[in-house]
Amino acid sequence: MRSSFWLVNSLKLAAWLSAAILLLILFFLINESLPLIQRIGLMRFFTDESWHPLSNLYWLVPMLLASFYMAVGAVLLATPLGVVVAIFGHYYAPELLAKFYRGLLGLLSGIPSVVFGLWGMIVIVPFIVQWMPPGASLLAGIIVLTIMILPLVALTTDAALKRIPITYMRTAISMGLSRWGTIRRIFLPVAFPGILSGVVLQSGRALGETMAVLMVSGNVVQIPSSLFQPVRTLTANIALEMSYAMGEHRLALFCSGLLLLCLTIALVLLANYISRNHHA
Amino acid sequence: MLSLTSRRDQLYALFIWTVALLVAAVPLMMLWDLLYQGVPQISLDFLLNDPLDAGRQGGVRSLLISTAWILGICLAVTLPLGLGCALYLNEFVLPGSRSAHWLGLSLDILSGVPSIIFGLFGYTLFAVYLGMGFSILSGGLSLACMVLPLFIRTAEQALRACPISYRQAAVALNISHQGFIRHILLPSASDGIAVAIILSTGRALAETAVLIFTAGYVTRLPDSMWDSGRSLSVHIYDLAMNVPGGMDNASATAIVLVALIIVINSSVLFLIKRWKNKIQKT
Repeated sequence: MRSSFWLVNSLKLAAWLSAAILLLILFFLINESLPLIQRIGLMRFFTDESWHPLSNLYWLVPMLLASFYMAVGAVLLATPLGVVVAIFGHYYAPELLAKFYRGLLGLLSGIPSVVFGLWGMIVIVPFIVQWMPPGASLLAGIIVLTIMILPLVALTTDAALKRIPITYMRTAISMGLSRWGTIRRIFLPVAFPGILSGVVLQSGRALGETMAVLMVSGNVVQIPSSLFQPVRTLTANIALEMSYAMGEHRLALFCSGLLLLCLTIALVLLANYISRNHHA
Repeated sequence: MLSLTSRRDQLYALFIWTVALLVAAVPLMMLWDLLYQGVPQISLDFLLNDPLDAGRQGGVRSLLISTAWILGICLAVTLPLGLGCALYLNEFVLPGSRSAHWLGLSLDILSGVPSIIFGLFGYTLFAVYLGMGFSILSGGLSLACMVLPLFIRTAEQALRACPISYRQAAVALNISHQGFIRHILLPSASDGIAVAIILSTGRALAETAVLIFTAGYVTRLPDSMWDSGRSLSVHIYDLAMNVPGGMDNASATAIVLVALIIVINSSVLFLIKRWKNKIQKT
């Protein structure tokens, strides 16, 4: 087809501009964090004795560990549940119920994270208080995050199961294989790379989640020694302190943002690598 | 159907049914809790009055308007940029080529970047470097950066669904490329593009962390896009965390927000259905 110079180049500009946002984000975060990193080096973030940015102490380890525990806890809980829900929708539920489940999961995945946080504050935290005060804790964060990423795990698993060729099912039926046996020995192994890349993507989401976690986990900077202790994640720390941070304190927050960005980029690349190596 | 005859198989089936039903109970319980807490506050007045006493009293009118402004700016940027990018990917980039790889990869990474990072970025670039301050404009622009990858991917799928025969006919008739895009490709993909717009709107509506440091906290009605404005989601956060006694109105605002999102989601489902029917007919 005849293309004009203007058409090609304006579309090209739009495309590369969209892609350049990522570079801009990296540039601005690095640009903001560099003065502090140059002055104190990277190691101080891991070796200082506490997080008191006003007295030049920048220990990020408690926040990093809190983020890590929370994401791992949520992924460990949400993965089996999400996979079971997807299996249910595909191989057990009657057509109408399966449709209802898909609608419910779609709805749940669209609910804002502040609403999950609000619900956590109204229901989950008071519930944990009865059992083991102070309520707002690592556990509350894990529960709310689990509910948030469960529909996404279920939807990606659902998509992976849908890609399994129908002939597998027909062969299994004609051989009279049992339902659970077929699912465990054939469908799950075949769909495994798809499920795994979905789970890795969701751990990135769990690591980067801010609002819900901020609202239910208590926001005390400490390395938790039990599930019931309040913690503050990297994301919550940025959201809480950015509004009043000045000078080097602000730069330290940008450094923690940069750290978070690098972690999530690594997770996306990992998910991409898994799904590319097994579908191509 | 796969057989379900052995005792062990039936046990597994029972287990899966139980887990699935329990999992479905959670969102229903959640909706119920929110309705229980928030519905007594909701009335027409709640929608038509501005918040008073830091949001404990009054309604959400100015916040609805701020939210609409922010969404408007977000879409005004996302739409041309995202559609341009999707068209470029669909029309001029060969699948498997180097630019397809790099464009795709950067969009994938961008869609995985946590929203709080978009907040930091938007604050630095729009609010500080470009001097927009805490304003609806910087909030909308930061939000646009966040929803762009989602919009591009969905719009690209819509464009890919255009039958190859249309393209062949256009080549045979010697129609120019922009003529083909304007009069054939875009109309045929219009439903899919509408899905992309609505999905992006839903994502933008749900977002909070991006807006806290870009659009700001001010509850009054914004005069212009240079003014600070509080979105519904930020209002929920602020009422729940910073205003003692704000829980009831936070829940009421959450109901309004979730209702908006449900409307948006169902129109997506409706459009997708219509679009699939249309594709089957062609």
